[in-house]
Parts: sequence; C-alpha cells; structure tokens
Amino acid sequence: MQSFIKKYYYGDIPDDVAGSTTVISKEINKDATWPLWEVFIRSKQGLDHKHAGSLHAADAQMAIENARDVYTRRNEGVSIWVVESKYIHSTNPDEAESFYEPAADKIYRHPTFYDLPDAVKHM
Amino acid sequence: MDLHDFPALFQQKIDSETKIEPLDWMPDAYRKTLIRQISQHAHSEVVGMLPEGNWISRAPSLKRKAILIAKVQDEAGHGLYLYSSCETLGTSREATINDLHSGKAKYSSIFNYPTLTWADMGAIGWLVDGAAILNQVMLCRTSYGPYARAMVRICKEESFHQRQGFDILYTLSKGTDEQKAMCQDAINRWWWPSLMMFGPKDSESNNTDQSMKWKIKRKTNDELRQQFVDMCAEQVKVLNMTLPDQELKWNTETQHYDFGEINWDEFWNVVKGNGPCNKERLDARRKAHDEGEWVREAAKAYAKKRAGKNKHIAA
Repeated sequence: MQSFIKKYYYGDIPDDVAGSTTVISKEINKDATWPLWEVFIRSKQGLDHKHAGSLHAADAQMAIENARDVYTRRNEGVSIWVVESKYIHSTNPDEAESFYEPAADKIYRHPTFYDLPDAVKHM
Repeated sequence: MDLHDFPALFQQKIDSETKIEPLDWMPDAYRKTLIRQISQHAHSEVVGMLPEGNWISRAPSLKRKAILIAKVQDEAGHGLYLYSSCETLGTSREATINDLHSGKAKYSSIFNYPTLTWADMGAIGWLVDGAAILNQVMLCRTSYGPYARAMVRICKEESFHQRQGFDILYTLSKGTDEQKAMCQDAINRWWWPSLMMFGPKDSESNNTDQSMKWKIKRKTNDELRQQFVDMCAEQVKVLNMTLPDQELKWNTETQHYDFGEINWDEFWNVVKGNGPCNKERLDARRKAHDEGEWVREAAKAYAKKRAGKNKHIAA
C-alpha cells in the first residue's frame, strides 16, 4: 500500500508534523465503558422510524434520554427507538451482487413492463 | 478489470459518486485518513466548547446566556455525531478519546486561543464558525457515507451559530465607543487564527492529493480560504469594522479579495502545542473525563442491577 497523504486540511494534521507533545498513555477502564446503541426516530406521526445515528449509554432508558438530547433538540422527532448495536444483523456488501440477483431479471414486476392500449387512460 | 481488483473497484465507486459505507471494502490508507480526520474534527467540536463555556456564567443577559448554552450544547452533539461516524470505521470510542487526552490526537488550533472579552463570543461565532461552515458544507458531499450524514446534520444546526455570533458583534458595533472598540479588538485577534483554520497553503504540497482523489475533500485549502476572505470582507462592512490586514483589497482581475501573508510560524507553533491555551484545554478535558469516571461506573452498575431485577420479575 502506498502512503500518499502529503497535504493536510483543517481538522487533519498528520502525526509526523504534529509536534512532540508528551503522550501520556492511559489504560481503558472497561468497567466505565457503556455499550453502543443505534437510534431510530419517527419525525412525525404517519412516517417510519428512520436511523438517526448512534450513541453510548448504560441502559435503554439512558439511551432514549440521550437520544432525545442529541437527536431531537429541534423537534426532529415524536418517537424514538433504540437498540443495542450488537443486535443488528446485516447483509454482506461483498455478496450484494448474488444476493439481490434474483430480483434483477423480473422486469414484469414493474408496471412499466406492460403496454396498455391508448384507450386506457389511467391504470 | 479483474472482479477482485478491490482498489480499482473502490476508485470506480468514488469516481461515480457512490458513497462508501462502513462494511464496504476500502483501502487501509483511506480508513486511516478518515479516522484521523473525523476524530480530529470530533475533538475540535468538544474542545471548542471550552473557550465559549468560559463566558456562559458571564453572558451580559439571560437571553444571551440561554443562546450560548444552546450553542455549546450543539457543539457537544456535533462531537457525538462525529465520534459515532468514526466508530463505524472500527475504532473504539474510548481509544479515540484517550488519544485526545494523551496528546496523540490533534484538534483545531483555533481553540488554543483565549476568550478575553464577551465580544470574543461574537467573533468566534462569526469567524470561527463561519470558517468551519465552509469546510463542513463541502464535507456534506464527502465520499464516506456516515461522515457525510453527520455533516448534513451538523450544517443544519451550524448556521444558527454563525448568525448568533454576527448578532453579538452587530449589537456591539451599534453600542458605546467602548463596545465598538471591544468589537474591533475581538475581530483583530480572531481574524488571522481563523484564516489558519483552513490549513497550509496548497503550494506546500506538490504531490497528487489523495484526499481529493478519494473525494474526502472536494476543495483545496486555498479555495476555501479565498471563499472565506471574500465573504468576510463584505460582511465586515455591515459591522462598520475593519479586518486587520493592510493588504486586503478587491482585485478586479481575479474578482476576489487579495490578502496578506499568514504567519505560518505561529500556526505550526500552536499546532505543536505552544499556543496560549494548549495545556489549559487538555487539562480541562482530562479533568472532566477523570472526574466523570465514577459516574460512568455507577451508571453501568445501576443498569446491571436493574437488568438483574427485571429478569427476576420475568421469571
């Protein structure tokens, strides 16, 4: 792998020019870390809950309260779902092609497949 | 092209404006660059709360105080959105935060300058947030999905920050002679550090810029800086104030403002930890984190106890 980051931007100072600040390493205290939760928000009645982001919280109650403070500060939601991220299962993007392949050749599932006589105006 | 030529497929996706999502294959260097950039961005939001927090208890009115609290709370939220998107790249939150506290990770140098007067709240909103917005608007179209989505959310909230800052300065500019002087002084002190926020000049690098090729960034430092200068040079007239640059003048040929040379020695000095407030900022962060440790432990213990109790009831 080539390394090519030679130019830096606001918010992106590479390590080699960042100076020699004393690095104080610290053990991570596992007892003080909280699990990760995914947050879903219904923006108004009648709409689906939609993924908004994630946050850390000790339990579901705290996750909901933190989600309110972080993701609905400007009335973005009327309902919040949270679920611990470890319970989310997902498809594998590397297998996407074969996984979704069965849908690819069934064009008759789309209304545009059918030629209607002009006499039929709306269907 | 070989079907398994991942790097080529990756670049093809980037070129066709397909966003990269967390589980997709990506080059190690792309991942590393993003982790560094997003975490530095997140740290900047979090450390950015400190200079403003300094003035919450001394805001001149209840209205200003409420607004400043809301703004600082937004910065905390922005830090969280960014930490979350950084986590999707496979880093742990604790490790990321530890890197800030250990001095390994950087944050925007601008926050190593002190906030001496109330007018600094105005100058930060107008200039610092103004500069940040230009960068962030561009990043809304960055190639990494979670980063782009966090940016969209942030940009929606950020415009209030810039306006409230301008509003503070505008009010001062209509005030007494002392208030006017305070306004000008804040602009004088924050102008050059704000220009430095965009990073070194493009000419500092003659290599192909990988960040642009990967569409992590879509505009160069100099392009963004010029955009910023053009914007502020006009807005400062509304304030009846001046920008502290003798060389600032409209160039009819380029249709942009020309401006003076930035003091790059100062820039690198502050990056390297020798700014006026580097130590104070990190100490404040470490103290907050260390003193909050018992709260994090207690909340976890309480959650565990409550989960145990619920199990008992269910049985």
